[in-house]
Amino acid sequence: MVDERRLREVALTPEEYRAIVEELKRAPNEVELGMLGVLWSEHCSYKSSKALLRRLPSTGSAVIQGPGENAGAVNIGEGWAAVFKIESHNHPSAIEPYQGAATGVGGIIRDVIAMGARPIALLDSLRFGPQPASSHHVEGVVAGIGGYGNCIGIPTVGGEVYFDDCYANNPLVNAMCVGLVRVDRLMRARAEGTGNSLMLVGADTGRDGIHGASFASLELDETSSERRPAVQVGNPFLEKCLLEACMDLAHTDAVVAIQDLGAAGLTSSVAECAARVNGAGARIDVARVPRRERGMSPYHVMLSESQERMLVVVERGREAEVEAIFEAWDLTSAVIGHVTDDGHLTVVDGSAPVARLPISLLTDGAPPRRLVGVAAEQPPGLDIDALPPLVDPGASLLRLLASPNLSSRRGIFRRYDHMVGDATVIPPGGDAAMLRVKGTRLGLAVTTDCNSRYCHLDPHLGAQLAVAEAARNIIATGAHPLAVTDCLNFANPDRPEVYWEMEETIAGLAHACRALDVPVVSGNVSLYNDSSGTSAIYPTPVVGMVGLIDDYAKRLGAGLRAEGDFVLLIGSSHNDLGGSEYLKVEHDVVAGRPPALDLARERAIHRLVLAAADNGLLHSAHDCAEGGMLVALAECCLLGGIGVRCPAIRPEAPLRMDAAFFGESPSRFIVSLPSRAMPELQSLARRHHVEISLLGLAGGETIEFEGQFRLALADIRQAWEGDIF
Amino acid sequence: MRFGVVVFPGTWSDRDCGWVIDQVLGAELQYLWHKDADLKGCDCVILPGGFAYGDYLRTGAIARFAPVMEKVSEFADRGGLVWGICNGFQVLCEAGLLPGALIRNASLEYRCQWTNLVVERTDLAFTSQCAEREVLSIPIGHGEGNYFADPATLSRLEQRGQVVMRYCDSGGRVTNNANPNGSTHNIAGIVNARGNVLGMMPHPERCSEAELGGTDGLKLFRSVAASAMQVLVS
Repeated sequence: MVDERRLREVALTPEEYRAIVEELKRAPNEVELGMLGVLWSEHCSYKSSKALLRRLPSTGSAVIQGPGENAGAVNIGEGWAAVFKIESHNHPSAIEPYQGAATGVGGIIRDVIAMGARPIALLDSLRFGPQPASSHHVEGVVAGIGGYGNCIGIPTVGGEVYFDDCYANNPLVNAMCVGLVRVDRLMRARAEGTGNSLMLVGADTGRDGIHGASFASLELDETSSERRPAVQVGNPFLEKCLLEACMDLAHTDAVVAIQDLGAAGLTSSVAECAARVNGAGARIDVARVPRRERGMSPYHVMLSESQERMLVVVERGREAEVEAIFEAWDLTSAVIGHVTDDGHLTVVDGSAPVARLPISLLTDGAPPRRLVGVAAEQPPGLDIDALPPLVDPGASLLRLLASPNLSSRRGIFRRYDHMVGDATVIPPGGDAAMLRVKGTRLGLAVTTDCNSRYCHLDPHLGAQLAVAEAARNIIATGAHPLAVTDCLNFANPDRPEVYWEMEETIAGLAHACRALDVPVVSGNVSLYNDSSGTSAIYPTPVVGMVGLIDDYAKRLGAGLRAEGDFVLLIGSSHNDLGGSEYLKVEHDVVAGRPPALDLARERAIHRLVLAAADNGLLHSAHDCAEGGMLVALAECCLLGGIGVRCPAIRPEAPLRMDAAFFGESPSRFIVSLPSRAMPELQSLARRHHVEISLLGLAGGETIEFEGQFRLALADIRQAWEGDIF
Repeated sequence: MRFGVVVFPGTWSDRDCGWVIDQVLGAELQYLWHKDADLKGCDCVILPGGFAYGDYLRTGAIARFAPVMEKVSEFADRGGLVWGICNGFQVLCEAGLLPGALIRNASLEYRCQWTNLVVERTDLAFTSQCAEREVLSIPIGHGEGNYFADPATLSRLEQRGQVVMRYCDSGGRVTNNANPNGSTHNIAGIVNARGNVLGMMPHPERCSEAELGGTDGLKLFRSVAASAMQVLVS
């Protein structure tokens, strides 16, 4: 029996160690122990979440690759598949924000490349503690994302940034990448064909990032900064060359599979590739792995998380063809082993045996953790009648727009190249961004969303609201939602209330994804986002969603487009102040229940907006989200550079004035349209049984609700764009 | 008219330039690999945007040594049209084909945004389709686009009219507020004394179709294409 200290180093429990010995019928050696440690880490094995994740719907008519591969893929027509995935890089970013975020971007790009797809867009969902204390996180993460994405030449087109106390010690960095590939060129990372060669390409292997996956599966504590060596360093230039070389691989049919080297490095990439083929194994000679430094042991080589590396499975005898392609890009490639049919991962160092483990033990052997969920204490209720009435909606609007969660994100996205590729037909700043598929009329709408305050107040409902809002982001561009990739961020699941949050969240996601017909095709779970038990993050299930429009000429922006247009609210408003930004900003309260969501109604409203967009009735559409109707309306004006004039809002009881302006009832859009299109919209709305109401007329340089307030657009912009970033 | 687009490792505007030349302009496109010392009969050579060789040392500092650059220099010396965009401008400065240097943006941050440019020369092959002092709307995307030159070089550039475009407001006024990166004299693009080598930081290939937000970039591509026609006619 090894000592507990060693087990802790490799993040294995004594029970897990016993399971290993039982299966192997011997004690694992040091290298084997390290390999099992990383692959059995939460990050790689999903041992705490696997059972829950099975609840998520993952099939649908458009799905051509669901979870289990490097990324998911959906058929978008005209022979094209959209490939996408989101992944967390929270722990590294907490310790070393720039490199943590940069390598998060680099890793998710490689996942898409491994599917044979060319990456066309990046999105980043970020959570930080309150400013200014979190500014070193914000600055480092934003610079790291830009540093990697700008250099490699993939546009960063979207994402979100939210601030909350709960992320002060545990910032979240979730990176999503979307790529395109011809359907018949979609690759799978399967180690097919006994005797085929395993080639390692890209960067040389160094000692960086050893045990990164294990590190990501522990809580952060005061010693975490000592784990900085577990954070890798990115080289976007090298990855750009790797990307182009992998695209050039399409010119040869000698390649059987490509697999990214990410968490747990060579160990996991070889094991995962082999695990996808029944009975397959692999033999690796670590002596043949090109190294960055001397004195590396087989242990280091097998566990290194050096970035910008790929494993390529090549037909035996055709290695030279593949080598030549990488050689053209001045990239190192080396045959390091071959595919076997013995179901084992065998590692040798020249002629000396190093390790031999069953593939199934590595990838599937981690005993599922049976955790128990206990409902968290009910968050404080909200006595809405005790709230003071809204005094000055204009003043509240200015304060809300200037608040960290609602202010303009231009200061961030102008630091990201969002135009390279000549495909960005809806730039960042609105609901979803849109990329055209060159050579076709197709447009891909992409977004990420999650209101974690809702999830904190009610994880089941909050998760559903995240899916619904992501879908509304897509719908607002005129596209229909296709599929989801999710990044599930939680605190330590060993705590029963956190595990309960996971159960509730995933159940909520599953329910909403089924109801809105958006399967989950890929994703990632990040646990242990707490610090020494003191602060735990809110459950944060980030929903990345991809949608499709058949002709991007019909796309809609969020900004008003023409003076004189009618501005309408689609959907109905209720007293939904629970968990709202208004409550937080104006009353400093986080309480109540998130707004109720009727998914059938939500769908009806989606159908109405899509029908209106498809018929060319609308000039703009914008989702009503945090900050409610008035914040959404102000955004329409700010993005379009056109004001609006509205009659006074006189809510009918029981609707309150504050809820009418700032309540966050879901299933609502603000749209604008020329007056001549009104009759058709009205009849469409009747047909879909959806309530629409006229807010006012677009025009001028003010936002005015007659007799209630009137503000110059310039002053509103000043508040919104402020100098937070 | 055959456009050559140079591809260094780390270049990424090559495909965007190629797209505009091939799909929007309908001209002949030839990619030029950095290792090949051969311009393959191109009439205009574009050095596109990107991070050639990673630009970890200094932007453009390594690219100037690429085999293809020797041919580009010879081509420029013979009067051939050479057009550096963004990273290409940086490479041209490092290679000594244009004076001055591009240093870090005054904000010390990368900037991806639309800018207005007033065109100060319309007698060039690159700008012949622009009106006198026309204001073009063209986006930038760079971290090191802050044009710098010593006072003597600057005054020579100004006296000889080598400043082709300057950052300005929508009304064409050259103001501090309109300067996105701190460039001296708001310089966005310059040409050599002979008028055949243009370097510019903004990206015309990102605004050559209406769906991308504007078509002003296409005016520059069309100018180059038209200049070749003139040569044929004369």
